[in-house]
Amino acid sequence: MSALKNPRIIGTLAVLLIIALTPVAFGDENYIMRVITVGLCSAIAVYGMNIILGFTGQLSLAQGGFFGIGAYTVGLLTTDFDWSFWQAFLVGVVGTSAIGYLSGLIALRTKDEYFAIFTMAIGFIIYLTISRWEAVTHAHSGVNNVKFPEAGDIVDFSNPTVMFYLVFIILLICVYITYAIRRSSVGRTLLTIRTSEDLADAIGVNVGLSKQLAFAASAFFGGIGGGLYASVVGFIGPDAATVDKTFEFLMFILVGGMGTVAGPLVGTMIVTFLFELFQDFQAYRFIVLGPIIIALVIFAPRGIVGYLGGFIDKRARNRRIGSAHKDGTAQSHSTAEANGTATPDDSVRADNTADSDGSTRPGTAERRETAADTITTEDEEK
Amino acid sequence: MLLEIRGLGKRFGGLDAVKNVDLDVQEGQITAVIGPNGAGKSTLFNLIHGFYRPTAGTVSFNGRDITQSSPHSSVNGGIARTFQTTHLFDDSTLLENVLAGRIVRSKSNVFDAIFHTPRHRRESALNHDKALEALEFCGVAEFRHDLASNVPQEVQKRTAVAMALATEPELMLLDEPAGGIPEEETTDFGNLIRSLPSRGVSVLLVEHKMSMIMDLADTILVLDHGQKLAIGSPAEIQSNPDVIRAYLGSTKDEEN
Ligand SMILES: Nc1ncnc2c1ncn2[C@@H]1O[C@H](COP(=O)(O)OP(=O)(O)O)[C@@H](O)[C@H]1O
Ligand SMILES: [Mg+2]
Repeated sequence: MSALKNPRIIGTLAVLLIIALTPVAFGDENYIMRVITVGLCSAIAVYGMNIILGFTGQLSLAQGGFFGIGAYTVGLLTTDFDWSFWQAFLVGVVGTSAIGYLSGLIALRTKDEYFAIFTMAIGFIIYLTISRWEAVTHAHSGVNNVKFPEAGDIVDFSNPTVMFYLVFIILLICVYITYAIRRSSVGRTLLTIRTSEDLADAIGVNVGLSKQLAFAASAFFGGIGGGLYASVVGFIGPDAATVDKTFEFLMFILVGGMGTVAGPLVGTMIVTFLFELFQDFQAYRFIVLGPIIIALVIFAPRGIVGYLGGFIDKRARNRRIGSAHKDGTAQSHSTAEANGTATPDDSVRADNTADSDGSTRPGTAERRETAADTITTEDEEK
Repeated sequence: MLLEIRGLGKRFGGLDAVKNVDLDVQEGQITAVIGPNGAGKSTLFNLIHGFYRPTAGTVSFNGRDITQSSPHSSVNGGIARTFQTTHLFDDSTLLENVLAGRIVRSKSNVFDAIFHTPRHRRESALNHDKALEALEFCGVAEFRHDLASNVPQEVQKRTAVAMALATEPELMLLDEPAGGIPEEETTDFGNLIRSLPSRGVSVLLVEHKMSMIMDLADTILVLDHGQKLAIGSPAEIQSNPDVIRAYLGSTKDEEN
């Protein structure tokens, strides 16, 4: 299996294995198990953010709202309407995706910061609906006694360890889907949009439709995360849908690494752990976490996983250049030569085309270091 | 006729960037568009490709009206383009760049990727082969694992052509493809363009390097202030007094 030689895959599997084994260490400690399981629910929603923000490059701030819709659908249907968890979960996920798709139709008419503001408004409207529509959502009294999943006599989902494994398995599926998308032409499509919409357009990518589907997919994951969360904690209030929640998710993905397969999980678990560590300071925890995150954004803008991935890529490239030397080809030579030096003709061209976009290319030297998160997919790894 | 343009126009505010342009591009030929900066050459390309919507006139490709079609459906229908400023995915390798050109020919969807269906595997292998072939055709296969931002300008220009080729076009719009290439390498680059029709790819070319144009083009359209000044064979254009007055003469001065 060549996959097992890929350090990225090995790393991801190691992270998953560690998390899979947490019940062995903390199985008796219900509180810790619940914190970890809630973390996994958030991670699922963060995987959704990864698709729209990480892969497609669109900063969606509606994710907390989608999480809330999933949570409240499961919460309300299993209590006030006495549905089974599974029915409610299905409706919640489908409903959240549909709302995501529909709001995307309007939101995606905007771009960049306008898209961010617009989606934040969507998230805020969802929050307001939940926190004010007393007759349906019970507003600030919240929803109590959300059902656990039913499983006949096979397993008992009221057992925190069992619930942990349910969420973990669903998370595994999300990680796998992310991995599959990342390596396929679907992932390549989204990444081209992130890099340059004009270029994506020029090579025939259906930019509008692709963004639309990516946004619906992010809502889909948000709904799954929220639906599971409602059942894990048993009680939900409007804070499940706040804009704060969105920024929490955003922090998770920034720390872990946007557009990577393991990033959302790694970021979510590490920051969740830090939150717990500083929870005595509740209101002040951001005083400590804030600088940590700023430092991270400055020194590892692609997050922990992106940073490590860049390291792996650099080594692979050095090895390739090394072997090219051995073969006696001129490849590495010409690469070095090209680095940052403009051809003499460049300046001439720039003058000639002063009216248009014929500017010289920005310095390439520092680019080299930041080039990890590329459009790598399986086709070229053959 | 491969491409038929009739009465095409584009107004930006009060400015006619392109006005009442007619042009036929024949299959298997290299057709060039020349004209001073601001003549409307890039705008013409953007109109053909669907980046801009024309304010007048029609464009038809293979007999089908594509005046209102989006870039996505233009590429799908067989029209590829390169940009005046080389536009590549800088942080990706050349191979990854050219693979991106395969997206439009890929039919497998998310579910194929998730379930790793035979179609997905077949397509991945095909995409890889086609991308590599395009890189080889353009003479840059040896750089395929280098980042686009790390290779010389000439290699970038060739990669842009390879990326366009990977979309399997019938017509390629090349906007100053040799811009920024050292003079001594333009002949080589010209040969690459010349070899495109033999692959079934007709070419519509904008270029400032006059010797290259005269050498390559079957037909030349001269634009000035968005309008057609002349059209004809290289010999006809070179001896056309209007063209000499408006353009050719002055360019020679500029270049020195
Ligand atoms: N998007 C635009 N908005 C306004 N004016 C434009 C736009 N694009 C091009 N123009 C104008 O149209 C004219 C033709 O430009 P262009 O097609 O780029 O010329 P060329 O490629 O021949 O140098 C120029 O005067 C330019 O300023
Ligand atoms: Mg131009």
